[in-house]
This record gives sequence, structure tokens and C-alpha cells, in this order.
Amino acid sequence: MLPGFGLTLGYTILYVSLIVLVPLSAAFLRSAELGPEKFLKVVSTPRVLASLELSFGASLVAALVNGVFGFIIAWALVRQRFPGRGLVDAIIDLPFALPTAVAGIALTALYSPNGWIGGLLAPWGLKIAYTRLGVVIALAFVSLPFVVRTLQPVLGELDQEVERAAETLGASRWQTLLWVVLPSVWPALLTGVALGFSRAVGEYGSVIFIAGNIPKLTEIAPLMIMTKLEQYQYAQATAIAVVMLVASFALMLGINGLQLWAQGRKRAR
Amino acid sequence: MIRQSQIPEELGRYAILIVALVYLIGLVAMPLVVVFAEAFAKGIVAYVHALRDPFALAAMRLTLLTAAVAVPLNLVFGIAAAWSIAKFEFRGKNALTTLIDLPFAVSPVISGLIYVLIFGANGWLGPWLARHDIHIIFAVPGIILATTFVTSPFVARELIPLMQSQGNDEEETALSLGASGWQCFWLVTLPNIRWGLLSGVLLCNARAMGEFGAVSVVSGHIRGLTNTLPLHIEILNSEYNYVGAFASASILAMLALVTLIAKTLLEMRHPELRTGQMRHA
Repeated sequence: MLPGFGLTLGYTILYVSLIVLVPLSAAFLRSAELGPEKFLKVVSTPRVLASLELSFGASLVAALVNGVFGFIIAWALVRQRFPGRGLVDAIIDLPFALPTAVAGIALTALYSPNGWIGGLLAPWGLKIAYTRLGVVIALAFVSLPFVVRTLQPVLGELDQEVERAAETLGASRWQTLLWVVLPSVWPALLTGVALGFSRAVGEYGSVIFIAGNIPKLTEIAPLMIMTKLEQYQYAQATAIAVVMLVASFALMLGINGLQLWAQGRKRAR
Repeated sequence: MIRQSQIPEELGRYAILIVALVYLIGLVAMPLVVVFAEAFAKGIVAYVHALRDPFALAAMRLTLLTAAVAVPLNLVFGIAAAWSIAKFEFRGKNALTTLIDLPFAVSPVISGLIYVLIFGANGWLGPWLARHDIHIIFAVPGIILATTFVTSPFVARELIPLMQSQGNDEEETALSLGASGWQCFWLVTLPNIRWGLLSGVLLCNARAMGEFGAVSVVSGHIRGLTNTLPLHIEILNSEYNYVGAFASASILAMLALVTLIAKTLLEMRHPELRTGQMRHA
């Protein structure tokens, strides 16, 4: 039996309680002071409701788009050999490492009507910065690594013999992809998309610059909390926060379940 | 036999690669390039001038101070948490692990808000703090607290799977040979986990220096006093001082690049670290 169990566990529990548990429970206790009726009234005002819808809706769109493109990127990285592959692989993690404020102003500069990419699209009447599309772009940026990094190891472990067998039996490439590859990577793809979604829902820094923050149109929920705080409406800010916390914790439990499912299937194979 | 599908197959390969690269370049690589292009848009003199601004320098100092407190706190916490969770079996272990991960699931703005609810003027401890003239919210301690919350899982997350995979055998041998608990930790465990520890500290530090939302809530945005580098970027950007904003952003972008390169090199030389963490931010 190793020593130090009491000391390290005691310290861990004390630290987590002081830094995480007590502050988080403050949010729940303070919002309870509102009472259920007022609580519902706060979170169902049109402006707050619109911000919640945008945060969850745009995050879902961004996560799903990344589900498609993240799959393609992971596929290229695992199955193909091309010059600069190591560099491409390393750059996937950039959204993890780049501070959100930096990503925010850079994406805005890039996608605004006089930016490098925004300028190309403006003549076609496509506006990205200061629209909901801009919110989706920023959320796609922050959630991309989750999808790619979850898929990569699973794609790497696939037995390519099975795919060759399917093709020998006359399956087209699309049929092989749809009926052989996708069923084996499905849990990982779903986990990656869920992780990306969960990260995107709470995102603040990379979004507020590109969003333009027009009430009821491009205001995300974390910005709503910020706005209420600046107006000293602490109870209202806390109520919105509690809605988001409950959603985040539910997502976290769901993702844990997904990961267990994926592991169970891996063992069964 | 020549398979008739061979030519479309080649085309398909290129199509996949091109789609993957275009998406990555437009979404991830170009923002990084833009940071440096905008920072040097008016030449190197303007860039250096922007970085030598007293408020920029004060923001850098505060960012360094914040990381210098938050990272060591979470380093010690990470080691303690990993030791208890990876080396021992106890009831409630999964619950504790989930609790450690919790800050990753919380929106940055909420991470700041919860400290306002405790230490703010209307918070639980607000009146008591005011009577004793202690400033936490809209002051440096609040910034450090919020940063510590946001970055608390990084080291623990890296070390727990690593120490679990290494098992207890080496430590038990050392103990049976007469080593004390501390000797066992310093001479056996620490050398075994040092690269994982370094990787965790790097990620923790990058996030601590770059945190924006949580710090924004508790800072009060007082120039020269409670502005960290990311908050300084926001202020300059809202004043249309783009060279200044992107010059400061370039410092943080370089930090991100150094972190990424170091992490990539670490994982190349120590593949066992790859299993650690990647599923977070």
C-alpha cells in the first residue's frame, strides 16, 4: 500500500470544493432566491430566449458542419500520405491553443466585407461578419479539433481488409463508406460532434467580435449574461447562467454515456 | 485486371484532400496569418511602438503574474489529484473525476460570474469584504481566482491517465527497499511523469495567459491596473486601433505557436502522452 492517500485525497477534495463546488453552487442558490415564477419570466423574455436559441442553434449547426468536414479531414490525415501532413496534423490543435480573443479579432478581420475572405464573398451578396453566419464560423473554429481528434484514432484502427472485401463483393465506394466505415466510426463521430457542440454552447471570446451583437439577432447567451451583469441585474444574469449550466451538465453526462458506449463496442469487436 | 474504378478513385483522393485543406486553411490557418499581417500592416516601427505602450506592458505584466500564481496552484493540485485517483481505489472516484473536469463544461462567462456572486458587492462575502477594505472583484485577486478555476483541470487531466497506465509496481518496489514516501515520489514517480507534467503545465499556462471571458467578468477593465493582455486587445479593437490590438494579439499567437510546437515535439518523442488529453479546451 502506497503512502499519501489521505493527504492527497484530502487536498484534492478541499481544493475542488473551494475552487469549483462552492462557487458553482452559488449560482444555483442565488437563482433559487428568484423563485420559480420570476426565474421563468427572466429566461423567457424575447431577447434572452433569442440569445439562448442562437447559442444552441448556431452551436448545433457548427458541430454538424464539423461532423462532415472533420470526418473528411481526419480521413485525409489517417489514410493519405501527402507533403506537409505533419504540419496539417499539428495545426488542428490551434483552436485549443489560440486565445479566444485573438481568434475573435482575426476571424472578424478575415470575414468582414473588406477582409481577405469576406471581400471575395461580398460581391456575391454573402455577408458573414456581423451576421448569424459569422457566429457559426467562430463556433466552427473552436469546435473543429474535438471532432478531428476524436475520429483520428478510431479511423486509424479500422481494418481496411473489411473495406477491400466489401469492394471485392461488388460494393461501390459510397456503399462501402456508408455500410462498412460509417457504422464502425459512428459512436466516435457522435462523441466528437457532441464534444464540439458542448464547447461551442458556452463560447464567448471568439464570437462577440464577429457577431456584431445585434439584440435578438446575433446576441449569444453568454453575452446576455455579460449585459445583465453590466446593468447590475445579478439575479437575471444568474438565471440565464443556471439554464446554461444545467444544459452543459446534461451534455457532459450524455457524452460520458456516449464514450462508454463507444468503448463497449470496441471491446465487443 | 484493370479495375474501371481506378481513375475515379484517384480523383476521389485528390477531392478529399483538397476539401480538407481548403476548410482548414480558411477556418484555422488564415486567421493565424491575419494576426501577423494586421500587426505589421503599418510597418515594424508601428508594431514595436504599439508593444512598448505603457498600458500594453502593464497588461503583459498582469498576464504573467496571473499565470505565475494560477499555474503552480493547479500544478500542485494536479499532482495530488492524480496521486489519489490513479494510485488508489476508493468509493466516489468517478464522481471526483467528473468534478475535476467540470470547469471544462462551464462557459467562461459563468466561470467569472460565480465569483462575482460570492465576492462581489452584492455577493455572499461582499459586505464583509467591504468592511475590511479587501478588493477581490474588479481587482487582481478576482482575475487570478477566475483563471485558476478555468485552468484547474489541465494538469490533473494529463496526469491521471498517464499514472494509471504506469501502475504502482515501481513505487511499491522502492518502498519495499526502504525508501520513504517522499523519496519514492521524488525519485520514482516524478521522473516517470515529468513529460506528462510538462505537457499539462504548457497547456495550463497557455489557457491561463489567454483566458478572456471569465477574466472579462471579474476585471472591471481598469487600464494599467486590471487589464490582462486579452482584455487589452478587446479595448484597442473597440477603439479601432487595429495595429495595437493585433500587435498584442501577435504576442499571444506566438505563445500559442510555441505551446503547439512543444506539445507536438513532446508527443512525437513520448507517444504515451497522446492518450492523455485532447478532448477538451
